[in-house]
This record gives sequence, structure tokens and C-alpha cells, in this order.
Amino acid sequence: MKAQKKDKQVIKSNKISRRTLLGGMVAAAVLPVNSIFAKHVQTGPHIAPEPPEDPTKTIGPGPSAQGKRSTFEHPVRKFSETSSRSPLQDFHSTITPSDLHYERHHAGVPAIDPQKYELLIHGMVERPMKFTLAELKRFPAVSRICFLECAGNFRGGKEELTPQEILGLTSQSEWTGVMLSTLFREVGADPKALWFLAEGSDAAVMTRSVPVKKAWDDAMIVYAQNGEAIRPEQGYPVRLLLPGWEGNMNIKWLRRIELSDEPYMTREETSKYTYPVKDRIRMFSFEMDARSIITFPSYPQKIMPGWVEIRGIAWSGRGKIEKVEVSTDAGKTWQDARLQDPVLSKAHTYFRHLWQWDGSPTEILSRAVDETGYVQPTLRQLAEARGTAMGGYHMNPITSWQIKTDGSTLFKPE
Amino acid sequence: MKIKIVVGTALLGLILFHQVSAQQPVPSTHKNGTSYPSRFGFGRLATTAEIALWDIDVRPDGKGLPAGQGDVLKGKVIYTSKCMACHGNNDTDLSKIKLPAPVLVSDTLAKSRPKAIGNYWPYATTLFDYIRRTMPYNQPGSLTDNEVYSITAYLLYANKIIKQNQLLNAKTLPGIVMPAKKLFIMDDRKGGPEVR
Repeated sequence: MKAQKKDKQVIKSNKISRRTLLGGMVAAAVLPVNSIFAKHVQTGPHIAPEPPEDPTKTIGPGPSAQGKRSTFEHPVRKFSETSSRSPLQDFHSTITPSDLHYERHHAGVPAIDPQKYELLIHGMVERPMKFTLAELKRFPAVSRICFLECAGNFRGGKEELTPQEILGLTSQSEWTGVMLSTLFREVGADPKALWFLAEGSDAAVMTRSVPVKKAWDDAMIVYAQNGEAIRPEQGYPVRLLLPGWEGNMNIKWLRRIELSDEPYMTREETSKYTYPVKDRIRMFSFEMDARSIITFPSYPQKIMPGWVEIRGIAWSGRGKIEKVEVSTDAGKTWQDARLQDPVLSKAHTYFRHLWQWDGSPTEILSRAVDETGYVQPTLRQLAEARGTAMGGYHMNPITSWQIKTDGSTLFKPE
Repeated sequence: MKIKIVVGTALLGLILFHQVSAQQPVPSTHKNGTSYPSRFGFGRLATTAEIALWDIDVRPDGKGLPAGQGDVLKGKVIYTSKCMACHGNNDTDLSKIKLPAPVLVSDTLAKSRPKAIGNYWPYATTLFDYIRRTMPYNQPGSLTDNEVYSITAYLLYANKIIKQNQLLNAKTLPGIVMPAKKLFIMDDRKGGPEVR
């Protein structure tokens, strides 16, 4: 509501300004009016005039340097001091628009000059080397679509929660860069190196230890996201990409990699991103286990009796999604949802399931099965495996939506 | 003559290529059949000074710890002026006050709360590494090595892990065994159908 009000104000000032100009005011007077208007243009979210009654009778604006969303669409991240969440309920397929990709950083977004940027690789290597951004781009490039997900991605506790609030710390992009293995060959990685430290150049100087085998498997050093340079919040100019592994390890603003024969036990891999499992604390929990969420219908949407296409996303950090099962009777029976091709490894996979709602209250659920045979567990199964004090990391329980008689949808907290 | 040299160079190149590539842990032929050189020749050697400037990490075995030392009393003074505003005064009960940063002091029992250095941090070297690289929050990376040793000493003392008179330096810090270390296990999930 507030956003709409704002739009109208901006449109109003647009009209006034145009009239002022058409009115033929003296140049001296036009200038200040224009600069006041320019201020409005920069701060206001939308400047398009109200649409005409019949768009076929009015010539529209011509081409421009940069496209914008329709003035009727307002997908936004929901942000706190430390993170922002992707609006999963607003997405119709699996690529997250770059400006809606989730964020989690620990000391703000650093500003880095790409001309001065260098990546250092040293430690257990034949040749410690530095690479500029231009040099990284000279290496053979690879593009890959995969998801990123914060290891702490799950929130419950009340009925009035949107998919964004429950699970919005995951997003998906097409990333482009160089395979880390290519760089490890370039520096002559010592076969005895078992770990590498990845370090960011933000004010947290974020560090994580990563097994070297991930570098020989599918790790990448990426500089592009959905075809253009990576967004500052995603690590501009260069980040580490570890497909399927917890978000925190995918070090952004990457400046240094050091090969080593043992892990470094950094703060983020010991006192954070670890969780109680019975009477022990589990660390180095890298892969994100399979999960799914129905994004339509979801709170605060309302459905009508008749045909409803249930929609959502499923993903696994261990490979491809094998199938997604949907239940429309509170988990008593399950049917296979249709998966949208192509189903990619370690990637959000869109699923859809046609359902004829008879108007009676029920619960709808989805559960993901990945190619390793892992079936997304219930919260109870997770508690049985880990104990009840399992904390907030790597929680991937089946989530359920309640459908009320009036068609309203509410999250079912457990 | 010219041809001979070219052929000779090519042969030498091939021999070198095979020698180098034999040491590589990955094959030099790409999936699509195009052969990769063992090196592309992009980038440059990093100098020792450049590496030293950025290589600030500290491992549990003490590798990376700098010269210098610190003690508990100096650490308490620095903590009071540079850390307390966010992390709180560890001497009083702050359970009802919301601090801008985590509480750092707990007892050493596994089940006790809050989860802090005394009951949840497995390595003492991590304290030094983390404080040096990013604290204090409003002036990251501004502490001297001696100040970091002292704050580390004070926090270990406040968490009842070292005595008040223990000096911390590159020799003594790696030897400190943290109470929580025995609780930590490597990831025991294995993939496949089992829920863990």
C-alpha cells in the first residue's frame, strides 16, 4: 500500500514538471525546477505515467539504456541487519533475478576496484601466484546453474509466514568463471595438500577451510552471475562457488586461497555453522541435504474451489532431484509431482502438481527425493536422528501448509 | 636448419609438457577432447612480501602465530575500552540486556548456556585469528599483535580456561586445550537414504 502511494506522488511531480516545461517558463526558472525534479527521479521507485485506457491508441516510450520491471510488479527482498531473503513466492521458475538473490554477510558489502583486484593462491603449491581479474577471465570459462543456500535457512514458529520468511535464504543463478582445478594446475598444487583456506576481502576477512577434493570435483572461481558481472552483494568482483555446499563456504570478495595439509578451524567453522547432534557437536557439515517447499498456494494467498496447480521448488546439495512427492491430504497419501526439465544437479528444480480442491479444509505438503535415495525427512525424523536440541543449521524438514475452508493458506508450525 | 630448430623445440616442448603433466593430479585432456596445456602462463609469481601482507591466518598447531605476547590484566583493560560496549561486561549478569554482539563468557560445562568460548569453542588459536582479522567491529583489523594476545588471554581467563598469571605467545597459545574440543565430531552424514 505504501509503495503504491509513493508511486502516485512521483507520477504527480512528473506531471507538474512536464506542464511547467510546456508552459514555456524562462530558462533561469526551468533549471532549478528541473533539478528538483531530477531528485525525485533518482529517489522515486517508478516514474512511468499511468497507463492509458487503450494502449493501442498511444505511442509508448522508445528504447532505453537499461530495462526496468513493470511498474505493477514489486518483488522485494525482506532484509534484516545481517541478511536479506529472496521472495520465493514471486518466482515462476528457477533462476533468481540477480537483484533478488539472498544475502548474508558479516561486516557489510565491501567496495572493491576491479582494476586493483588480485587473487593470491599460495601455501602448498609449486608457484605461489597472483591473478588479476583480467587474467582470471583469460582462462577457459565454464557456466553452471546451481543453487546457493545459507546453512541456517529455516524459520518457523507461527502460522503467518511466507515462503520468503520460512526459506528465503536460498537463490539460484547461472554462474560463470574458471574451474578452481584449472587454477590449481596453474600454480602446481601439491598432491599432499588436503585442505585450502578461502579468504574474503570484506571487513570480516571471512575465512573457511575447504577440502581440496572439492577443487578437483566442481569448485569454481566465478566472476559473472546471470550473464553479467557478479552483484556487489554476491562478491563482486570474484567469489568462490562450491556447488551444493553451505552458503557460508562460498567465500565472496575472494582475495586469497592457501593450500594446507590440515583445516584452519576458523571461527565460522567451529563456533558457528556447527550444531548439536545428541551429545556431540557436528562440524564440517558441507552438503545441503535435499528439501522442498510449496510456494503456491502459500500464506497469505487464497485459493478457490476447483483446479489448483500446486507449485514449488526442490533441491539437493548431493545431486539431482529424483522426484518430488506432494500430499493434499495432510500426508496420508502422496503423488509424484511433475518436474520441470532440465533437472540439473545441485540446482533448484521446479515442480507442479494439479489438484482439484473440493473446498474442505486440509493440509498440503511436499517432500523431495534426490538421486542418492535420500527422502526429505519430517521434523520428528530429524529430532530422532539428532536429538531435540539440534539448533538451527542444516534443518530441512518437510513443511506443510494448512488450507482453510475459505481458501486461505497458513503455514503449519511444528 | 630452421625446420630442425622448430621440430627440436616442439619435441623439447612435448617432453617438458609430459614431464610436467605427469605430476598433475588431473588429466590434461578436457572432457570434450581438447587438450589443455599443463599451464596457460596467465598470472604472475607472488612475492614473499605480498604473501606476508595477506597471510594472517593461524592454525590450531600455532602455524601463523606472530611474535609478541600478552597477559590477562592488559587484556582486561583493552577489553573494557574496545570490546565491552558490544559484548558486555563479563562481571555482571546481563541475561536481561540485549547486546549488539554475542556474550563471550560461559562456564565450561557442555550443557550450560549461553554457548560461548568456555563451552563451545574447540580451539584457542581461533580466538587469536578471529579477533586479529576482524575486531573491533567498528575498526576491523586495528589491534596490534600484542593487544590480540592480551585480549585472548583475558577471554580465556574469564572463561576459566587459563590462570590469571599465564602469558600468551606463539609457544603457549597452541598448547591450551579447550573444554569443548572433545565434543566436536566431523560430519558423519554419508549421503544416501539415511537421515542423520
